[in-house]
Amino acid sequence: MTTVTSEIAQAPRAAQMARFARLRRLEQWRYVLLLLPALVFLIAFYGYPVAAMLTRSFSEPGWGLQNFEPLLQARSALDAFGLSIPMNAYIRVFGITLQIALIVTVFTLLLGYPVAYALSSVSPARANLLMILVLIPFWTSILVRSYAWMVLLGQEGIINQALIATGVLAAPMQLLNTRLAVYTGMIHILLPFMILPLYAVMRGIDRNLLRAAGNLGAAPSAVFLRIFLPLSLPGVAAGCLLVFILGLGFYITPALLGGQRDVMISMLIQQQISQLNWGFGAALALVLLLMALAIYLLFTRLLGVERVFGSARA
Amino acid sequence: MTDMDQATYAVSGAIGSLGARVIFDRIEKRYGSVVAVDDVSLDISPGEFITLLGPSGSGKTTTLMMLAGFEIPTAGEIYVDEDPIAAVPPYRRNIGMVFQNYALFPHMTVGENIAFPLQMRKMSKAEITRQSGEVLDLVGLPGYEGRYPRQLSGGQQQRVAVARALVFNPRVLLMDEPLGALDKQLREHLQLEIKALHEQLGVTIIYVTHDQEEALVMSDRIAVMNNGRIEQCGRPTELYDEPSTRFVATFIGESNFIDAVVERLDGTAVCVEAPGLGELRAPMRSGLTAGAPVMLTVRPEKIVAVGDENGMAADMNVVTGTVDDVVFVGEMRRYVVVLPGAQRLVLKAQNRRGVQGFARGDPIRVCWNVDDCRIV
Repeated sequence: MTTVTSEIAQAPRAAQMARFARLRRLEQWRYVLLLLPALVFLIAFYGYPVAAMLTRSFSEPGWGLQNFEPLLQARSALDAFGLSIPMNAYIRVFGITLQIALIVTVFTLLLGYPVAYALSSVSPARANLLMILVLIPFWTSILVRSYAWMVLLGQEGIINQALIATGVLAAPMQLLNTRLAVYTGMIHILLPFMILPLYAVMRGIDRNLLRAAGNLGAAPSAVFLRIFLPLSLPGVAAGCLLVFILGLGFYITPALLGGQRDVMISMLIQQQISQLNWGFGAALALVLLLMALAIYLLFTRLLGVERVFGSARA
Repeated sequence: MTDMDQATYAVSGAIGSLGARVIFDRIEKRYGSVVAVDDVSLDISPGEFITLLGPSGSGKTTTLMMLAGFEIPTAGEIYVDEDPIAAVPPYRRNIGMVFQNYALFPHMTVGENIAFPLQMRKMSKAEITRQSGEVLDLVGLPGYEGRYPRQLSGGQQQRVAVARALVFNPRVLLMDEPLGALDKQLREHLQLEIKALHEQLGVTIIYVTHDQEEALVMSDRIAVMNNGRIEQCGRPTELYDEPSTRFVATFIGESNFIDAVVERLDGTAVCVEAPGLGELRAPMRSGLTAGAPVMLTVRPEKIVAVGDENGMAADMNVVTGTVDDVVFVGEMRRYVVVLPGAQRLVLKAQNRRGVQGFARGDPIRVCWNVDDCRIV
């Protein structure tokens, strides 16, 4: 024991420092090793295909920007879904997509905020129980849930039948294949993505702050508006960002529940690819990706990344 | 009286107002079958500094929360200056409170935190600025309006919490373990500061702590709570020198307990028989009958070691035993003495020239004044 200690003590200082530097480097490499398997998988099966796909927007059928031209051209006609959609149809589809994503985000927030508030206010044991009610639909396949809405909303569906049976309606109402059906289905599917980040942030809000505000003379409405709401904003931002970006890329639900006019970008991309218009499909995908990135950057710039994904206590 | 105080305040505009009288009248709080606060009655004088002292789960915080309005009593009533308030919502009570973790609003600056209660009272901007500045001067943090709570040290946060609780001139200030999160030195410093603030402002302070030393240093009166009840309420010296229950004797300071049986009552004193120790005497206490098993309690520092000189004064209890342990604690030595009958006695002897030292195994003869012990 003593010999070992003295040996190290006698080693030249430079050698000692080099040895510690080596140890520190090893330490850092350990984390790289831990990341490596996931990194390799992602690059091989996600990064490469995405890059290859996006490259096609510039390379097919020939190199150039020709695939982006239709997006900027006015007065060209497009045959899609057996319809002749007039001129700047692509821009319109982008517009519809943004509108649907925005409305879905607003309504998931309006529906999800009170739920998250209730979840964060009850005891943790009861919150876990209620959370399962939020998560069960979350764990059910999107396809199954979209079909379920078709069953509910169809001409012979439960809702029409019930309305006719109670005499509210004389004949079935057009519920399926409407914008309303798209909103309903998407809000249903995306609601947990709003509730979960809201809940996470609200749980972190110290309830003593609300008591303190009450003690200082704030009525319950003032406690909410001045204390709880501002402190829950990071959750609102995270939830809205998540729902909006997921909403932008929705495909199955609008395809099954929407009408002929409710075309979202992802449906357009699918249509182009199925017609082997690889280049144009890739160009649309690239624009969608850039839109999502731009919105993400806008959010984090305005609010700060740590505020969007951090807790209220930071 | 009340009107005059308010008039004085309106003219001078100073922080601080005469404290209110607070009465707990047979307050009870149950959670299901659990009784958290059990029949608590307390009459707190205007401007008094009273501490609710007790271990966790003793009901002291629940009692405070009922006064703040965060808990509604199951039975009983609370009066602030004759007004029953048990059913009034917290935001209409006008009672200041300093929370254990300060509960400063993290998204507001110090200035905004302090302005908050004034905004809720619809004060003018100019008035808010003036009063905020004044209260920050009072707690020794002038110019800190623009900082956020997270940029302050624990002690500074504590001061901001006090400032926020005082800025709207409440007549009662509640403090729930306000120094619990601070290190010992800062805690002792702030204890004296809060005490000075109390003397300067005259506000009634109800303070909750589990730290008996803090309670002794700061309070005009201490209510010792245990199992939801007030065991004893009195001035610090009263509680220390004349504990009325065994719990109070243990919880405040260190105490020796000697098992004994009441032998006779001679009008001015109680004579008890302790097994192996013979007859010991204690001050008279009502409700005792001959033959009752009791406990005699005496503080370690009241016991002195004596030589075997005869002619002990008649008002002394004398016992002999063997030194079992000696601990050196700087300003004194702490002896554990084993008495005949296997009872133990702890005594503290000043570390001073001329005081005889003992070693483990030494025979020792100790005595204490009859008036220094109690029957509990």
